[in-house]
Amino acid sequence: MDILVIHLLNALLYASVLFLIAGGLSLIYGVMRIINLAHGNLYAFGAYVSAWAVGRATMLSGGDAPGGPSAPSTALLLLVLPAGALAAAGVGAVLEPTLLRRFYRRAEEYQLLVTFGLLMIIDDVIRFIWGPYPLSASALFENFGSVAIGEAIYPTYNFLVIAVGGLAAVFLWAFIYKTRFGVVLRATSQDMRMSAALGVNVNRVYVQAFTLGCLMAGLGGAIIVPSQSAVLGMGVDALILSFIVVVVGGLGSLEGALLGALIVGVVREAGIAWFPEIELAVLYLIAALVLLLRPAGLFGRP
Amino acid sequence: MTTAALALEHRSPVRTLGWAIPALVILVALPWVADQYQTILLAYGLIMGIAALGFNLLLGYTGLLSFGHSAYFGVGAYSVALMVKYLDVTSMELFLAGAVVACVLVTAVFGFACVRYTRIFFGILTMALSQVLWSLAFKFFWVTGGTDGLRVPTPTLLGVLTGAGDKIEFLATAYYYYVLAIFAVCVAVMWVIVNSPFGRALQAIRDNEVRAAFVGIQIRKYRWVAFLVSGVFTGLAGALWVPLNGLTTPDIMHWTFSGEIVFMTVLGGFRSFTGPVIGAIVFNYLKTYAVGYTVYWQLLLGVVLVILVVSLPTGIVGTFERLWTRWRSR
Repeated sequence: MDILVIHLLNALLYASVLFLIAGGLSLIYGVMRIINLAHGNLYAFGAYVSAWAVGRATMLSGGDAPGGPSAPSTALLLLVLPAGALAAAGVGAVLEPTLLRRFYRRAEEYQLLVTFGLLMIIDDVIRFIWGPYPLSASALFENFGSVAIGEAIYPTYNFLVIAVGGLAAVFLWAFIYKTRFGVVLRATSQDMRMSAALGVNVNRVYVQAFTLGCLMAGLGGAIIVPSQSAVLGMGVDALILSFIVVVVGGLGSLEGALLGALIVGVVREAGIAWFPEIELAVLYLIAALVLLLRPAGLFGRP
Repeated sequence: MTTAALALEHRSPVRTLGWAIPALVILVALPWVADQYQTILLAYGLIMGIAALGFNLLLGYTGLLSFGHSAYFGVGAYSVALMVKYLDVTSMELFLAGAVVACVLVTAVFGFACVRYTRIFFGILTMALSQVLWSLAFKFFWVTGGTDGLRVPTPTLLGVLTGAGDKIEFLATAYYYYVLAIFAVCVAVMWVIVNSPFGRALQAIRDNEVRAAFVGIQIRKYRWVAFLVSGVFTGLAGALWVPLNGLTTPDIMHWTFSGEIVFMTVLGGFRSFTGPVIGAIVFNYLKTYAVGYTVYWQLLLGVVLVILVVSLPTGIVGTFERLWTRWRSR
């Protein structure tokens, strides 16, 4: 029973991070109709920046030994943790107007190629800045300690990740369905020309939506990095998983991204526990099956 | 898209032979001029040329962007490696036959699923299916060797030539000519395909699906056959690649390798017949030297790719043709 609870919590943990990444990807696709292949790398970038920030904060507050006499305070570390999200958002805010904007009217192959080029570039920029070794922010993770669930123990920090994922979903929902900006965003995504004719500054909406999407990816990286180190290649893996999420849930739909993230989280956790050899294959097959049976995804607009 | 960019104009066989024969002569003469390293590098380029040529039947001629062609390259390579491991085959001809059969089976199934969609969904579906194969190659290490991959010794060509002596010497001469011969056959076959009524029909589907359907073209069937042919060409390239490389790892199944195939095709120019081949050869040199020059080779290639799609979307061949027309019309 305890083990089942732990599996469930792990599934939720995956789902939270995946929702943030895939939700950003889906939001960007929904508004601009562009698939950003470099999206996973922005998640990785966020993870690296946060790990670096936490590492700096640990060093500056004088203690490298967690739990030691001068261990950095949890509050300080939590304060610097979102640095990755902001950094990823900043990259997005620069990339959209300077590079991606000119591709919206061009054929999809060019959109995919230019973002594929970005993927290669960001991958190596990360390698250039932080080197080829994993970067961890475990001080924060260890500060949180763990709780007992029946016979087993579970890291407390993971609850924070799940909470952030859940909160992000609620905030986004409120943001998109309850605010004026959300109305403008939805209008632009439904009919760009009509909203432009009605006086919406479409270019501004595009850069905001892209930045928000990147912020979500960066936040995903920022909150997961204390429990799992930032490593090279994490971006590409995350991109493929979030592809599965958006394909299952429906490209361009946030509800779909949430449901897709939950499905992928549960299947992945079950896969790791019971069928590790074909865990990834099962995920891809689910995506392929959904595409065959419901090409627009479970929540997508056909 | 302009009409000029859409025109994959009909070339007469005589004019085609006008550039094909000199190119072939250069390729045949090269091992006498260049050293072994350069020859082997060119062999890699020619092999990737076959892969890109096959890929472009879908992208350039049928208008479908596959992001999963690494799967068929990998099926070709792994079917050779598994024939070595389990059946002790050494004959290159059997390797090629086995790879073609395996690719026909896989692409027939994958293609049946994928051609129901176009545009972005086609791309994602091909990618998802290729990742299925990648994860199987990655996880079933007792069959595929996992990330260690599978070793493939030098094969026997035409039942007589073996690499028993100097392996490098063998790869740079006998194997190079073997690759070149198959490359020439592949180019010729593909040329016939794209200039046949079937190839014309594919281009009609690409340009206007509705009209093509009205004139009686069975769109899905044609796309499926194009998918099949495309996958088999790429698989053949995989089978030729693996003895040259001596090892096959799951990397060649990963979707980023599909991205490289797209990259080289667009680099050469996917609106022309020769573009993918030239792009593949150039990309191969570019990547080899970038990897040798810096650990940040991905950055270099990424910048090249971004500049390419921003300013030279018609690729090397398209840009060259445009300059040539401008120069001639002066």
